[in-house]
Amino acid sequence: MALTPATDLGPATALVCRECGTTRDLGPFYACEECFGPLEIAYDFQGVTRESIASGPRNIWRYRGLLPVPANVADTPNTEPGLTRLVRADNLAESLGLQSLWVKDDSGNPTHSFKDRVVAVALAAARELGFKVLACPSTGNLANAVAAAAARAGIRSAVFVPSDLEAQKIITTAVYGGTFVTVDGNYDDVNRLASEIAGEQDDWAFVNVNVRPYYAEGSKTLGYEIAEQLGWRLPDQIVVPVASGSQLTKIDKAFQELIKLGLVEDRPYRVFGAQAAGCDPVAAAFKAGHDVVRPVKPDTIAKSLAIGNPADGPYVLDVARRTGGAVEDVTDAEVVEGIRLLARTEGIFGETAGGVTVATLRKLIDAGTLDPAAETVIINSGDGLKTLDAVAPVVAPSANIAPSLEAFRAAGLA
Amino acid sequence: MSVSVRIPTILRTYTGGESEVKAEGASLRAVVADLEASYAGISARILDDAGKIRRFVNVYVGDEDVRFADGLDTATPDGAQISIIPAVAGG
Ligand SMILES: Cc1ncc(COP(=O)(O)O)c(C=O)c1O
Ligand SMILES: [Zn+2]
Repeated sequence: MALTPATDLGPATALVCRECGTTRDLGPFYACEECFGPLEIAYDFQGVTRESIASGPRNIWRYRGLLPVPANVADTPNTEPGLTRLVRADNLAESLGLQSLWVKDDSGNPTHSFKDRVVAVALAAARELGFKVLACPSTGNLANAVAAAAARAGIRSAVFVPSDLEAQKIITTAVYGGTFVTVDGNYDDVNRLASEIAGEQDDWAFVNVNVRPYYAEGSKTLGYEIAEQLGWRLPDQIVVPVASGSQLTKIDKAFQELIKLGLVEDRPYRVFGAQAAGCDPVAAAFKAGHDVVRPVKPDTIAKSLAIGNPADGPYVLDVARRTGGAVEDVTDAEVVEGIRLLARTEGIFGETAGGVTVATLRKLIDAGTLDPAAETVIINSGDGLKTLDAVAPVVAPSANIAPSLEAFRAAGLA
Repeated sequence: MSVSVRIPTILRTYTGGESEVKAEGASLRAVVADLEASYAGISARILDDAGKIRRFVNVYVGDEDVRFADGLDTATPDGAQISIIPAVAGG
């Protein structure tokens, strides 16, 4: 896996350890050789303006000048994710007592979750780095995204998930073909297995393991889009679901980059993290005032967020504390209520991660932690059609009637 | 007590490229000390200056993350499979 003169990773210049600052050349590396800390992409951004972005494609590649991808990335076969709706959520705002609320609805991506963003960037980088197979351990949504992206790119995929995943997520992965393995264990077990396999299979790019520095940058596009869709402005507050914590930390990174590039006004914003009580290692550490995260064994219906040992947990704590945010957790019953509330008020059917986020928003408002007068964005990161069992027991038709007007009248539905 | 230790890619420079090596010791602490005796320098990569397992290293004895067991004092029975893995994966 060597870099050639033809390797084009756009504005990326090097890999830097987030913990100790050690720098190394770009390549298929993810952990620092000195301290095992996460490697991050360093950049030299050139000529990125609001106009250059606006003239780009109507997907994440409009931000390619801010990503570790080649200049021609939009011309190679990919799923073209991004530029999902930013929905003005007045009904939900009113029911929660908020003045201004937006839902970034990432269920509108090609495989119906924000994971298409990170996978598209990982695929582009993996190609440049010479990998042949696109692989991942997944809590479900990433499995869909990797299998679909590999199918579209015409390469092999190798996807590993916990065997107790929602039936919908099994089917919506298997349909794309590729190698698809269910593993008897929880996500953290699958993740560990993937790390071990990555050490053996030289030409497999595990998107969230050995090419994770590139993959993670894809979540920045959520931050860029929110700012652009608000008219090149940052929101006052944002609530983001947390599993590994990558998405949250990269949204913050995107906001910071936009400020440094002068694309938005530099003003304070607060970042809040959302977890399920049955898998709340980051929320627990936040509340206890710790800066390390103690792993847990997950037990929650929010399986997409069921990572007991989150890689970016400490950085979520940093971001929440630096910006005056918080990390909160909600029960499974609150998650179900959150899904229903978003659906009933805004016509958006989110998956359990969205339910976690809406329920956390509500809890933060009730506790007075989140300012109801400040402009707020929440992320709906996935689609409710993939977690039907969460709401199946609590929703049903209003009535079942014979096909006659009399039956309609008798049912009292008028 | 002979155990088998899986070495992550970034530590294979110490083991001459070997991805799996043998070591001796009744606890993880003793195993790491024995690894150091065979592969000088490797201990300081796994443990921090205070002698604790580094924040971004996960160590497993069998299937168990030693953070759920007794950390460096976790027992390493004869024939145990130990894995050292960078923690910055997943999501
Ligand atoms: C729908 C959904 N939302 C949020 C997340 C959390 O992402 P991260 O691991 O970047 O914190 C996931 C992760 O799998 C997910 O599937
Ligand atoms: Zn380092």
